[in-house]
Amino acid sequence: MASFPSGPIQLVEGRALVVAGEDIDTDRIIPARFLKCVSFDALGDQVFADDRKELDGKHPFDHPQSQGASILVVNGNFGCGSSREHAPQALMRWGIRAVVGVSFAEIFFGNCLALGIPCTTAAPDQIKTIQAAIQADLSRPWSLDLDEMRLSVEEESWVVAVDPGPGEMLRSGRWDATSQLLDNGPQVDALMEHLPYLNRFQKAA
Amino acid sequence: MSSGTLYDKVWDLHRVTELPGGSTQLFVGLHLIHEVTSPQAFAALTDKGLTVRCPERTVATVDHIVPTISQQRPFEDPLAEEMLSTLERNCAQHGIVLNGLGSGRQGIVHVIAPELGLTQPGMTVACGDSHTSTHGAFGAIAFGIGTSQVRDVLASQSLAMNKLKVRRIQVNGQLSDGVSAKDLVLHVIRTLGVKGGVGFAYEFAGPAIELLSMEERMTLCNMAIEGGARCGYVNPDQVTFDYLNGRVHAPSGEDWDRAVAWWSSLASDADAVVDDEVVFDASAIAPTVTWGITPGQGLGIDESIPMPESLEAGERPMAEEAYRYMDLQPGTPIAGVAVDVCFIGSCTNGRLSDLRAAAAVAKGRQVADGIRAFVVPGSEQVAKAAEAEGLDEVFRAAGFEWREPGCSMCLAMNPDRLEGRQISASSSNRNFKGRQGSASGRTLLMSPAMVAAAAVHGRVTDVRSLSPQPDL
Ligand code: SF4
Repeated sequence: MASFPSGPIQLVEGRALVVAGEDIDTDRIIPARFLKCVSFDALGDQVFADDRKELDGKHPFDHPQSQGASILVVNGNFGCGSSREHAPQALMRWGIRAVVGVSFAEIFFGNCLALGIPCTTAAPDQIKTIQAAIQADLSRPWSLDLDEMRLSVEEESWVVAVDPGPGEMLRSGRWDATSQLLDNGPQVDALMEHLPYLNRFQKAA
Repeated sequence: MSSGTLYDKVWDLHRVTELPGGSTQLFVGLHLIHEVTSPQAFAALTDKGLTVRCPERTVATVDHIVPTISQQRPFEDPLAEEMLSTLERNCAQHGIVLNGLGSGRQGIVHVIAPELGLTQPGMTVACGDSHTSTHGAFGAIAFGIGTSQVRDVLASQSLAMNKLKVRRIQVNGQLSDGVSAKDLVLHVIRTLGVKGGVGFAYEFAGPAIELLSMEERMTLCNMAIEGGARCGYVNPDQVTFDYLNGRVHAPSGEDWDRAVAWWSSLASDADAVVDDEVVFDASAIAPTVTWGITPGQGLGIDESIPMPESLEAGERPMAEEAYRYMDLQPGTPIAGVAVDVCFIGSCTNGRLSDLRAAAAVAKGRQVADGIRAFVVPGSEQVAKAAEAEGLDEVFRAAGFEWREPGCSMCLAMNPDRLEGRQISASSSNRNFKGRQGSASGRTLLMSPAMVAAAAVHGRVTDVRSLSPQPDL
């Protein structure tokens, strides 16, 4: 499997696959029984476990031609429900490196960002066209270019969007928030000195 | 853009700085952790050679994986035991207080922090659990975070966040008898949709909200996230202060007076600007029950499962999926749908007032034949208070099991689960496919009183239709 995201994320290349449907929640991406773990290592095999079982081998993640795919194209409100980071972790460990959809649940979006996985959006009818293009031939190599903000396959290409903040964090490699936050330790100290509830409510805010 | 709301004021107070990517570094006043989303965060911290910046601002408990029949250690399930012992080790190593089993303070994280007085107005509260929105009931900005953000908070006591818009959910009038905060929030979600709140913080306001107790406000804010709003809040008022007064971690003495003055100043200004406002009439809301596979698929108790043609085109695919999965036909009245299992508990409705409401229905009645019904208090304190009032006896006499505190059948991480295609009446917050532990199990969400009514009739029943109880 390709290594996990690191550094600046400007280009994601690979085959694409489609999981269609509105409001696909994190319980479906990784059912709760798989959360009983103290490490994320085994989650890749368990992604969409119940849906895959129900479809008995016919789920997109089981399609032989989609093994090793890296771009997932979804519909609206993808990743809603539980905040579990196990969901993007499971997708990432299966091999997904970018998601494109109509919209994303916020916590899911943030969890993906923290792993260096861009969640980019396009209008519903465009997503439909893109999904049809993927399904017409699962073997084609796609690319998601975050500098150009385009999703392309062969000579076709579509404009995709991501909020400027997260987009910049991905492109610059500063999506790993921890180091940035730690840089501002002194400002955190200063704030703590003035926050009323940390100072017996004696300080004016 | 909103201004002058509690959300704006609390946001500004906690803003450390703007980050290069355009997000804000936000200070976290109270960080709550539990066994499920913290182990990987601690591991990542250690990998990076980092330590916990403010151990005293993080508080731990254990809730998701604990069995509710016997909490004897080691647990029968070795994975559950490993998760709890990992939490114990991490807390000990980093100097974090763990409210463990038998401490008298253990329970579901969103139940214990308020009851210990840890959650206070004007704080930012974060926890690796989406129902952290619960704590907004106190006039805090409270939101769920992912495991890498748990790591960030442990390391820096802060988070990279983007500011939300504010939508005021103005609720006029007054809830009718037999109609609870759960019904109200299911009604709001049904009306605005499960993604209606994406990008928003919900400010719950208006006469009907002011009349709610703190526990009811918690139920309401708990489910803001099910409507897509990452946080929901209620402006602090006398009800809030009365609840907090005297709690273990609440301020006392002179601090108390200063605290109340400060808290009062945080409520949204009369001329605050919000990004959006939606008005509801509380008196028009009936006991509400979900019939489908998202919390937005709700119905008043006197309604029927919607016909596909009555739905907007965008809602139809999910409805079709729900008819099939739930095995419920369009046009079937929701009242009368038979259930197998009745579950009262969870961070939505596992508090004392919830148990009282359910017990009032159960008292002097019997769980119907063939129904498995059980009550799981939200915390050790709730259990103790309920037992002191004899609620455990009321439930047992009616044929309910009385359990030890934990998340239980809200989600499938402990031995409490549905089997096969069983259908439950549940006071929890999520009816997603497979949520209660069986890949084909089905969930009907409703208030605790409605769950008790379903238990005694074996079917979904309007709690208002039960004849009043003689005082037994
Ligand atoms: S009761 Fe349910 S929703 Fe609440 S914290 Fe536990 S598992 Fe999560």
